[in-house]
Amino acid sequence: MDISFKQVNYTYQPNTPFEHHALRNLSFTISSGSFVAIVGHTGSGKSTLIQHLNGLLRPTGGEVSIGPYQLMPGKKVKDIKVLREKVGVVFQYPEHQLFDETVKKDIAFGPKNFGVDYEEIEKRIPPILDAVQLPEELLERSPFDLSGGQMRRVAIAGVLAMDPSVLVLDEPTAGLDPRGQKEMMDMFYQLHNAKGLTTILVTHSMEDALQYADHVIIMDHGTKYMEGTPEDLFVQKDKLQAVQLDLPEIIQFLRKIEDKFQVSLPYEGQTISELGIQLKEHLKGDVTDE
Amino acid sequence: MSNSLIIGQYVPSDSFIHRLDPRTKITMIFLFVIFVFFANSAASYAWLTAFAVGIALATKIKIPFILRGLTPVWFLIIFTFILHLIVTKDGDILFQIFSFPVYSGGVIQGIAISFRFFLLILVTSLLTLTTTPIEITDAIESLLDPLKKIRFPVHELALMMSISLRFIPTLMQETEKISKAQASRGVDFKTGPVKDRIQAIVPLLVPLFVSAFKRAEDLAMAMEARGYQGGEGRTKLRELKIEKRDIFSFIIFGLVIIVLFLLRV
Repeated sequence: MDISFKQVNYTYQPNTPFEHHALRNLSFTISSGSFVAIVGHTGSGKSTLIQHLNGLLRPTGGEVSIGPYQLMPGKKVKDIKVLREKVGVVFQYPEHQLFDETVKKDIAFGPKNFGVDYEEIEKRIPPILDAVQLPEELLERSPFDLSGGQMRRVAIAGVLAMDPSVLVLDEPTAGLDPRGQKEMMDMFYQLHNAKGLTTILVTHSMEDALQYADHVIIMDHGTKYMEGTPEDLFVQKDKLQAVQLDLPEIIQFLRKIEDKFQVSLPYEGQTISELGIQLKEHLKGDVTDE
Repeated sequence: MSNSLIIGQYVPSDSFIHRLDPRTKITMIFLFVIFVFFANSAASYAWLTAFAVGIALATKIKIPFILRGLTPVWFLIIFTFILHLIVTKDGDILFQIFSFPVYSGGVIQGIAISFRFFLLILVTSLLTLTTTPIEITDAIESLLDPLKKIRFPVHELALMMSISLRFIPTLMQETEKISKAQASRGVDFKTGPVKDRIQAIVPLLVPLFVSAFKRAEDLAMAMEARGYQGGEGRTKLRELKIEKRDIFSFIIFGLVIIVLFLLRV
């Protein structure tokens, strides 16, 4: 589903001393099937933004459209449930939303609410367990007996079981160990490709944005600060640092090499090992020249 | 969420009322609550209302904001008014609603009681609007200090109060977070039959309790790690001190009460 924001404003507690403008005049479009990263430091409006994607918040100004659904100020969306089924949201620390007696019941909770019948849910569960790498033995256990990482996977499975076509991820790797982070991101990337999802990733990690996203939106103080492909954005060091963001490590490293050895190595999405080989060739070339 | 409810919400400012010693404020409000019941004439009610409104103005908080915060209790006030209208059988019959005779005494009684109610709520909400929860618990601990003589656990009580006050906003945030997560999974808290809505509470309460218990454990551990051992020998970072302005306010308050008694019939 195509998603578009047109001059969206959102104000918390308007007309009180606690009034807070979380989004100001925000416009962008996300085309169906793309992987978009939303980056920005704390308080830049990222979380407010994603709550508009499934109608948890309605804009106080402007217009949000998600496929055929439109969110406008003062107008209730009739079939909000249908929208919420189509847009799966994995919140920060999703393991906090677990509540049911068994893992299986918890995973089935979402689709059951949306009126998916029992057999269909049964059919959906095994491939999802596979995708989130949970063994089937856990299905009858209580979610509260699991480890933190496993609980998160169960919570994510609960969202995936709704079979959404848009997947919104709010810092899905926060608090995981480095290996768990990579596994988790690879898993989302695979799902994105296999199911043709539209994926929206909110993240602090410039590395993840660079590696997985094909479009990046940088937020600052509730407005869109920059937008473009990661390759274009992540070379503008000064502009990024102005909003307290750093270059991804790999690009920082390339800049340093360029300074030190006077070579030019443009970043074209190479992996670390490809870069190593390129670098070796460059440096060797230098040696033979002398 | 907590858009309309302002009872218990602190609005920072540097008004005269904000700077008063919390003990002064609590004592005066306690006395005010008692003296409201002494008002028995239109003039005495008007006098107390003027006093309460004067304090509200002195807080420098916008009046519409304060009034809007009282919306949840308007219902209660109106309800009391109607109840008195129907039940009281004093004075002349004014008119009839659905064969219920309305007496003039009832109207007067209704107005008086709802005014009383309004004043009580207005003044107490002014306390929490101008005083941080920490100040309130400090003040209560200090005011209850004499009870230590009879081994009443004053410090523990104050600690319990400050912990629970401290965690109200945290729990509210948590509630909002979890209800949003469950709403995203198709739970409908707002519409549908009552039975379904009651059932919708379970996915909200279970995670809330789990996290509250976890928090309590963490807090206990953190307190022990920092050597907490109760109130004995414990000193305070901010000592409460009665200043000139507190004495000044007590004098004013005394005058207000004297005038009140003069205006009584």
